Amino acid sequence: MEYKTDMGRVIGLGSAKDGTREWWIHRLQSVALVPLTLYFIWKVAPLIGGSHAEVIAAFQSPLTAISTILFIMIAFMHLAGGLQEVIVDYVHGKACLVILLVSTKLLCLGLGFAGAFAVAKIAFGA
Amino acid sequence: MADVNRGKRPLSPHISIYRPQINMVTSIVNRITGVAMSLAAVLIVWWLLAASTSSSYFDFVNGVLTSWFGLLVLFGSLWALWFHLLGGLRHLIMDFGIGYDLKWVDLGGWAIVVASLVLTAASIICLAIF
Repeated sequence: MEYKTDMGRVIGLGSAKDGTREWWIHRLQSVALVPLTLYFIWKVAPLIGGSHAEVIAAFQSPLTAISTILFIMIAFMHLAGGLQEVIVDYVHGKACLVILLVSTKLLCLGLGFAGAFAVAKIAFGA
Repeated sequence: MADVNRGKRPLSPHISIYRPQINMVTSIVNRITGVAMSLAAVLIVWWLLAASTSSSYFDFVNGVLTSWFGLLVLFGSLWALWFHLLGGLRHLIMDFGIGYDLKWVDLGGWAIVVASLVLTAASIICLAIF
């Protein structure tokens, strides 16, 4: 017989802990990504398959360079959050869970930074 | 009193019981498109890195992205991007508690399916013309 109240037994045992903050940040990123994605589809996606000179010229425009850097950074943050949500839902092994969470977070961080740096390098004159 | 029925509670019907509905399909497809776009995200970063490295390396990566396999991934991801964008907007609207009537749930689900296909076709046509 446990001499504890139901409340005392469950306090601090919730699975999410700071779930509302993660939820809110994910929505914030998605709102920012709406105009950035449309701009990317309009201005950057058509450059794929184009010449090197065209790509270099496109990122000389500050608007294109800044929007693309923001798009890449926020998209990878959004991807990291989304992957985390999917991983915690479907992966149950403790070791597997930690390895996947850490590796996806670090990969997203690295790729986001690499993409942003590449655009900045071109914009500042590669 | 502690919960004596722990682990023996009745479960609500799960996906294998339900007849497929449009909103459960759009929900999981939104997740799948989000995860699937990881590949295109890596390709785009590779392409940008190549553009910032040298003209000859750019030509190589550009060639990989415009090979039949590269284009398959990119055009697939274009649809995934439109679907995820529209699905995300729909979720943002629903976060305000709007559109939960059965009629609007069904209509919204089909709307993003149709709109994502139309926008994908339209953007591919625009890419081909300009």
